[in-house]
Amino acid sequence: MSYEANLRVWRGDADGGELQDFTVTVNEGEVVLDILHRLQATQTPDLAVRWNCKAGKCGSCSAEVNGRPRLMCLTRMGTFEPDESITITPLRAFPVVRDLVTDVSYNYDKAREMPPFVPPERDADGNHRMQQIDVERSQEFRKCIECFLCQDVCHVVRDHEDNKPAFAGPRYLMRLAELDMHPLDGVDRRRLAQDHFGLGMCNITKCCSEVCPEGIKITDNALIPMKERVVDRKYVPPTWLGNAIRRRRQ
Amino acid sequence: MTALAPEGTGAPGRARLAARTLRSDRWWLQPLITVSVLVAFIVYSTVRAFENANYFAEPYISPFYSPCITTACEGNTFPELFDGPAFLTPALYILIVPLGFRLTCYYYRKAYYRAFWLSPPACAVAEPHAKYTGETRFPLLFQNLHRYFFYAGLVFNVILTYDALLAFRNAEGEWFHMGLGTLVLLTNAVLLWLYSLSCHSCRHIVGGRLVHFSRHPVRYKAWTFVSKLNPKHMQYAWISLVFVAFTDLYVRLLATGAIDDPRFF
Ligand code: SF4
Ligand code: SF4
Ligand code: FES
Ligand code: FES
Repeated sequence: MSYEANLRVWRGDADGGELQDFTVTVNEGEVVLDILHRLQATQTPDLAVRWNCKAGKCGSCSAEVNGRPRLMCLTRMGTFEPDESITITPLRAFPVVRDLVTDVSYNYDKAREMPPFVPPERDADGNHRMQQIDVERSQEFRKCIECFLCQDVCHVVRDHEDNKPAFAGPRYLMRLAELDMHPLDGVDRRRLAQDHFGLGMCNITKCCSEVCPEGIKITDNALIPMKERVVDRKYVPPTWLGNAIRRRRQ
Repeated sequence: MTALAPEGTGAPGRARLAARTLRSDRWWLQPLITVSVLVAFIVYSTVRAFENANYFAEPYISPFYSPCITTACEGNTFPELFDGPAFLTPALYILIVPLGFRLTCYYYRKAYYRAFWLSPPACAVAEPHAKYTGETRFPLLFQNLHRYFFYAGLVFNVILTYDALLAFRNAEGEWFHMGLGTLVLLTNAVLLWLYSLSCHSCRHIVGGRLVHFSRHPVRYKAWTFVSKLNPKHMQYAWISLVFVAFTDLYVRLLATGAIDDPRFF
């Protein structure tokens, strides 16, 4: 069964833009990305849209559909009423390049700032050894496809551009947690997480977890455990007192 | 349509869109429910904490007044430790612990940051504040002390469990009797245990802080157990909150004589 859907698509660039109305045919089983491709093929050949795998695995097609950050290739048209108008905009936390394509380099900058994994010396036979149950917990975080939907929805930077230098965002705070839980990593990342990457700015309101297409429990399994680790390092009263005294001496 | 928010989604370079959100669902419903239930609870518990009466009906004591530690207490459920000035009700000495525990709870933080402080009211709905520092400064920096309230909360759980055990007596103080109130107090204690054991700090303390689970099999088991409860922490938070108020109300109705406790045996 086909029907004609009402689409409102944001078109423009960094200098300005607006929502434009289109009517596009929808067939059964299609996703939002299919409809944009049809729009591109039939009405707006110059529409800019980024995509790659169309299978929810490359993380390229992130946009906002009816105001919610989503992967367009995983958003089924069947979830909308046929007479509903569907609004598609670029990610609203990052600078726009053109139409639905945003410049996500904020995320790559943060990725470069992450202190790398530091393993110990190898065993005599040249191997590193670890137990499965010791790495299991952080394996959940390796499912990340770097779609940056969590980075886009996080109000710390979405609603406060000036926080960007001080806040790494859920995806990279999760990376710190992953390494901090890693049985072979030799660096203490707890102070760094709080003082340099802005973990304290996260107020655990869980929007990152709500939008993650991989279903990673970012807040419960990475951010809150990391906050607790920071408490061990920074805010347990004897440590707190010790730090205060040391600061006074200096 | 509202004006562009220059500090956030209207920042230079981002896609020009004036709407605070383009969400078309009822995103305001969840914060509205949160505010309604929490305000109802706060009003009810404040009234009850100052009422200073009707919190004891042999053999039941209301969780708002337990442990009752001053000589002004009704009934005899806990050692009376000191004379308090009359204007302070016995509830006021102890409520700071459950209050602090829930106020610093990771789940309630999410709930009230969203619903009361609108930071953010819902995902992808712009918050109304121009500046934001999260939990990096006083007073919110003190949220980091949650684990100490967790420990203190455990003491209360033990006491409320003890109260539930005392409820297996009749009005004459003889053991091995039971009424509907016993069941109410017992359920209340169980729910409080579930709420406390599913706590994120608890999860960290029992094993979450370890790097090598393989070297601590017992703590790994404990962590696995808490990790099973933890995803339901939100549900336990709400159910136990409502049930504490209900338990108090039940005792109040008995104490004022509005209802009689159905006795089983
Ligand atoms: S839980 Fe923290 S990191 Fe995740 S969206 Fe909310 S504030 Fe951002
Ligand atoms: S954590 Fe989830 S939402 Fe964030 S970038 Fe990875 S896959 Fe995307
Ligand atoms: S196109 Fe690859 S995730 Fe959507
Ligand atoms: S009681 Fe909710 S997280 Fe500790």
